[in-house]
Amino acid sequence: MTVLAVGDIVAERTIHLTRESLVRYAGAAGDFNPIHYRDDIAAAVGLPGVLAHGMLTMGLAVQTIVPWLGDAGRILDYGVRFPRPVVVDPETGAELTVIAKVGAVDDETARIDLTVTHADTTVLGKAQVRVRLA
Amino acid sequence: MPVNPELVGREFPPTASYLVGREKVREFARAVFADDPQHTDPAAAQALGYADVVAPPTFAIVVQELTLQQLLAEPDSGIVLSRVLHAEQRFAYARPIVAGDELTGRLSVSGIRTIGGNAMVTSQTAITDASGAHVVTATSILVVGEADA
Repeated sequence: MTVLAVGDIVAERTIHLTRESLVRYAGAAGDFNPIHYRDDIAAAVGLPGVLAHGMLTMGLAVQTIVPWLGDAGRILDYGVRFPRPVVVDPETGAELTVIAKVGAVDDETARIDLTVTHADTTVLGKAQVRVRLA
Repeated sequence: MPVNPELVGREFPPTASYLVGREKVREFARAVFADDPQHTDPAAAQALGYADVVAPPTFAIVVQELTLQQLLAEPDSGIVLSRVLHAEQRFAYARPIVAGDELTGRLSVSGIRTIGGNAMVTSQTAITDASGAHVVTATSILVVGEADA
């Protein structure tokens, strides 16, 4: 792996989510909270619409760096906060942009900071991955 | 009813053994847009030294989910699924999960804080393999709104 400097962008990508993405994730993960596929229930509990699973956003975000890392086993720790929901429109879906930047680096590990935005808003807070470099 | 504060410190039994299947890993990989071949192609995973396909890092949620279902199933929990929002999530890995692993999760609730009408429930799920070795610990903070009476 080449020498890393704080601020380097190591990977980025854009993912388009649709309602189908949410149903697929619900089945794959076993998370059947209806706020992720039923507009009526989302509205009844006061949400602005059907939301993407936070864990879907978290999962697709870290996946952005796996090809760069080469081995998912180099990931030592990964944590995020979910400050703002991602509303997935039934017709137009939602577009998420992920940028992975070096936040800190030492001899053996680096902290990669993930910025995930949807409609110009950051949707994950403190999304940090600690990775083994060697 | 509000979330029951007595859930803190409650002991939950370990989940039944979960056998990680290759097709399940592929299904999950597709769902999180994991296009690296180590998640889907056994030969690519073996080239990295793994016995079979490598699960995406957040796959541990599948076992954690089983433990959260134990929490929801407690008759006195006061937690209704549609009132649950995810506030924070963390995974601390000893090694990646690989197809063929037999995993067990053990839940503990470490804290419940009430803010306004909501309860912040912090729980840990320690996930171990068939030999009893630690694989990953998943920590989540859920915000639970009070259900209608």
